[in-house]
Amino acid sequence: MSQTNTPQSGGGSLKGAILRAGGHTNVQLGVICLLILVSMTAARPQMFLSAYNFESMAFFMPELGILSVAMMIAMLTGGIDLSIVGVANLAGITAGTVFGYVAGEAGAGSLGVAPVILGVGVGLLVGVLAGLLNGLLISGLKITPILATLGTGQVYIGLCLVLTGGPAIVGFPSGWTWLGNGKIASIPVPLLLFVVLCVGLSLLLSRTSFGLRLKLIGSNPKAAMYTGIERGRMIIWSYMLTGGLAAMAGILLSARINAAKSDYGASYLLQAVLIAVLGGTNPTGGKGNVLGVALAVISLTLLSSGFQMMRVSNHLIDFVWGAFLIAVIAINSFRGRKAG
Amino acid sequence: MKLFGSADAIIALILVVAMILIGLINPAFWQLSNIFSLLKSNVVIGLMALGVLLVMISGGIDVSFTAFAVAGMYLVVRVMVAIDYDGVILPFLAASLIGGLLGLMNAGIIHKFSMIPLIVTLGTASVVRGLLLGLAGTSNVNINQMPDALIALGRTDIVTLERANGSTFGLTAMIVLYLAVAVIMHLVLTRTMIGRSVYAYGADAEAAKRVGFNTGRTMIFVYCTAGALAGFAGLLHSSMIWLANPRDFVGLELDVIAAVVLGGASIFGGRGTVLGTVLGVFILVMIQNSLILMGIDTTWQRVVVGGMLIVAVAVTALRDRRAPV
Repeated sequence: MSQTNTPQSGGGSLKGAILRAGGHTNVQLGVICLLILVSMTAARPQMFLSAYNFESMAFFMPELGILSVAMMIAMLTGGIDLSIVGVANLAGITAGTVFGYVAGEAGAGSLGVAPVILGVGVGLLVGVLAGLLNGLLISGLKITPILATLGTGQVYIGLCLVLTGGPAIVGFPSGWTWLGNGKIASIPVPLLLFVVLCVGLSLLLSRTSFGLRLKLIGSNPKAAMYTGIERGRMIIWSYMLTGGLAAMAGILLSARINAAKSDYGASYLLQAVLIAVLGGTNPTGGKGNVLGVALAVISLTLLSSGFQMMRVSNHLIDFVWGAFLIAVIAINSFRGRKAG
Repeated sequence: MKLFGSADAIIALILVVAMILIGLINPAFWQLSNIFSLLKSNVVIGLMALGVLLVMISGGIDVSFTAFAVAGMYLVVRVMVAIDYDGVILPFLAASLIGGLLGLMNAGIIHKFSMIPLIVTLGTASVVRGLLLGLAGTSNVNINQMPDALIALGRTDIVTLERANGSTFGLTAMIVLYLAVAVIMHLVLTRTMIGRSVYAYGADAEAAKRVGFNTGRTMIFVYCTAGALAGFAGLLHSSMIWLANPRDFVGLELDVIAAVVLGGASIFGGRGTVLGTVLGVFILVMIQNSLILMGIDTTWQRVVVGGMLIVAVAVTALRDRRAPV
């Protein structure tokens, strides 16, 4: 039962298989990033290394990155959150609906800064409340996280449909779209937000008692109980955090494309699971770190951007994601067995 | 084994109460044409649900079967069109075989790497859908290209009645097929060693291994059967709607899982009956199809299904806590 925090017990990396080395997961992930960067550059030098390509990656990577971190936090307690994409869309759509009401006939594009702050607040609130519902179902009613979040995910997507009636909400205020497309000192705003969130969460998980208790619940539930950690309350907090992060991702998504719809980002769910597992998160709980997830999302963004330049169809990229996930599972399993 | 376990009796009671309520709101519910169309909607979801039931009894969960269903259906129909083949039995065997082989992939990965089935099946679903759309194509096979034999099978009725205005409606013969598969599944689960091993594995995998069950074989049986049923149901679906769409069934996995949970199966494994699942499927399909009859806007459909799933899992979670297996 008890998972120790030795690096070789569950981290994910391809290089680990190549070198048969038990070094730290994050170092290996960093090497993978470089390897992908070099090989993609070799394949398409002019296109891949262009500033435009890196800038476009910096705009769309943060959404997926934040969703993956959210998934990692749910996995820390041995759970999973399948409702993150629903929460993300619901946050964007609720904010869009609020803008619609506030602006009335004038159109949401003309709204100033105050309504945008209100929209962000409403979006995040929706996410935290959605996470609270997940947490209550999981810790209060003792429903397995898979089924609870599968069900709530449908409810959230369903509410998106009810709010929009089907078609996308378009035309967000310019302050809102700045969140997804703007720059501060030539650094894309989404990237800045992602970095700030990563640093903050990393400190939260590794330097505070909250983070340590969260990991202990996942790695050794019995010991956690004996040390007096209130398991139920911690689980609720962790899902609220996951929900809030998912909402943040939804805000960035709707801000970047200036639209919100119930089925945007559907493929992000699998990718978030994959990135969390690849980043060294143990889906049975107790192990996971923000840096690993961030490195994993960077390597996979480089990979899929490279594939797109080589004109590989989107469907085959889906195939690669799935195959990658299974390969990581297999490698982790072999290494886990070796580590004994 | 009793025909009605107490859990199944409760589900049947819920079904009857729901039917009476819907009938009170809109008496049109009881029209024979509505009942026939309800039964028809049960067939495909029901066949898939029987496979998911197996997986859930074994303590797993499967979200890849809809991808397998699409793969079996689309590949077989495309090949039939390409070689101008017009038959029924071989295509259905082929679709089941495709589904079964893909299920073998699930079983192998889950058993060999002892990995959480949800994550494995998320991965295999993406692999199969990606390969299918990327390599086999994304265009529909429409009614004018669909093999005649498949269409003929899909429109076979066992009862045909005439409305007052002269138009006819019937009860699809596929319902017989579905019920036959359900009976076979019930017999396999309750009367054979491999069936009992699925319950044993789901209740306690380690104990099942120690009393001498070959758990690898159990996993292969579970996931191959689930895949084969999905492939079969996929082709049946396309023969009933006269269309083969390679993007079909997206999101259907939730409906099917909801139906199985509604039917009393526990995700922790070891619990679940065929009768409960058949009733669960009927409840789900009935409520989905009756939203319009009850005057509820269809945009609420997903909220209703999600809510039903949450209520059903909450009830089974309470039950499992009170009476541990």
